[in-house]
Amino acid sequence: MSETTLLSARGVSLSFGAIQALVGVDADLWPGEVLAIVGESGSGKTTLLNVLSGRAAPGTGAVWYRTPDGQLLDVHTMPAPALRRLHRSDWGFVHQDPRQNLRMGVTAGGNVGERLMAQGSRHYGHIRDAARDWLVQTEIDPKRIDDLPRTFSGGMLQRLQIARTLVTHPRLVFMDEPTGGLDVSVQARLLDLIRSLVARFGIAVVLVTHDIAVARLLAHRTMVMQGGRVVETGLTDQVLDDPQHAYTQLLVSSVLNA
Amino acid sequence: MKGYNFAYLDEQTKRMIRRAILKAVAIPGHQIPFGSREIPLPYGWGTGGIQVTAAILGADDRLKVIDQGADDTTNAVSIRRFFARTADVATTTKTADATVIQTRHRIPETALRDGQIIVYQVPQPEPMYRLEPSRVETRRMHALADYGLMHVKLYEDIARLGHIGISYDYPVMVNARYLMAPSPIPAFDNPKMHMMPALQLFGAGREKRIYAVPPYTEVRSLDFVDHPFHPARAPHACGLCGAGDSYLDEVLTDDRGGRLFVCSDTDYCETRRADGQVGAEGVPVGMPGGAVEATQ
Repeated sequence: MSETTLLSARGVSLSFGAIQALVGVDADLWPGEVLAIVGESGSGKTTLLNVLSGRAAPGTGAVWYRTPDGQLLDVHTMPAPALRRLHRSDWGFVHQDPRQNLRMGVTAGGNVGERLMAQGSRHYGHIRDAARDWLVQTEIDPKRIDDLPRTFSGGMLQRLQIARTLVTHPRLVFMDEPTGGLDVSVQARLLDLIRSLVARFGIAVVLVTHDIAVARLLAHRTMVMQGGRVVETGLTDQVLDDPQHAYTQLLVSSVLNA
Repeated sequence: MKGYNFAYLDEQTKRMIRRAILKAVAIPGHQIPFGSREIPLPYGWGTGGIQVTAAILGADDRLKVIDQGADDTTNAVSIRRFFARTADVATTTKTADATVIQTRHRIPETALRDGQIIVYQVPQPEPMYRLEPSRVETRRMHALADYGLMHVKLYEDIARLGHIGISYDYPVMVNARYLMAPSPIPAFDNPKMHMMPALQLFGAGREKRIYAVPPYTEVRSLDFVDHPFHPARAPHACGLCGAGDSYLDEVLTDDRGGRLFVCSDTDYCETRRADGQVGAEGVPVGMPGGAVEATQ
């Protein structure tokens, strides 16, 4: 692996019984880069995301993460407290369903502030200012800081989840279909928001999507998966404009042009 | 008492409980599971506390039992008599004279000293049980010292009420490591746990957990820098003894709005009155016509 990669996976394989979910996957992510993992349902995208983020252990292979001070950590052999610390500071995870990540009985401000408090922030005023600031950045009316998430629309919930994740300025965010389940206009606005935030803060993102358009809009590089294998990888424009692998060609040609 | 082992429980059970206590003392604030036994007392009346007391009681101990600070309420009287009969130990109502104090909902006002043991009755040992329903998850949070959720609860209180709205069972950090439920003592009593010279043991019978705070251990109430912990107390002096620093009970005296604030710690109040202190509505000790005293 290169000297500068943020996250690297080598030879990652994982089987669920007879089903081979991942077969010898290699992946690299550089700081500030957005990497899209595309493929059809069951191709192993989400499994790969879970393995990369340490949420699932691979059968074979390893994943390394480089800390800001240049130390290399094996994501799957590091102690659980260290991994949890990583997950609540340097890393973030954005779920497809924001309800999985948000606390629905806790106000918007509390949801955004939780990661700060988990990191040891003990000043109510500062936490509240940060929460208000992030609501503004994610285009949620700061007057709604004391409202419960259950009164929010689907798009707002997703933006709240992003605010909650980015409040600690993570270096690396894992996103699992962040625009799934939203209608097209809300999707467009959310994609725009994610793109601007990621660019402004230089966040590296591993983005799982089945939507080629999302990959084209957000990702610098794209990995195409089929049956647990990476069949093609490269710059997004290159992969999508000049697909080499038969499956990528099929995937690109099956997108409807509106 | 004939037909019963010393202090009711059999020796093997007491041994098992003592092992749990030793482990609890070794890991301050950490909840240790134990094989809670049937006790001739309903759950919620102190089955955990009674088992811990039975396990540590020796023939030459002097036992004090309090319930909401009082020595003369049903729960306190019953448990004290239980041990007087099954262990034949001396009992007392004087905090200073006791070697073992079993308590529900209070810490005595008189500072505890070296060599004393205070046993708390605990209904719910898990401080985060209202916030996180899964015990698997709360145990993981304890293991990883991941207590952001508890602060979210405090944040929510301030956002909604303007202040932290927990008045009893106020969560504490023990030895800067474990989050602990101090049992339903008023937040007013929390500062007494910090660096206490006495050994503090906690028994939860229904939940089958024992935990402990060894002597001279740091116990901090959770708070925010700009919303510091505030031990609340009714802004009155005791009507009987005039104490301005004790935790007070509010007693309704008639149906025309009459009320009386008295020390919840009866031993503290009586000791002060025996010393000649008299409150606004009190009568000097030994004088007849203490109608107010009858309400106690």
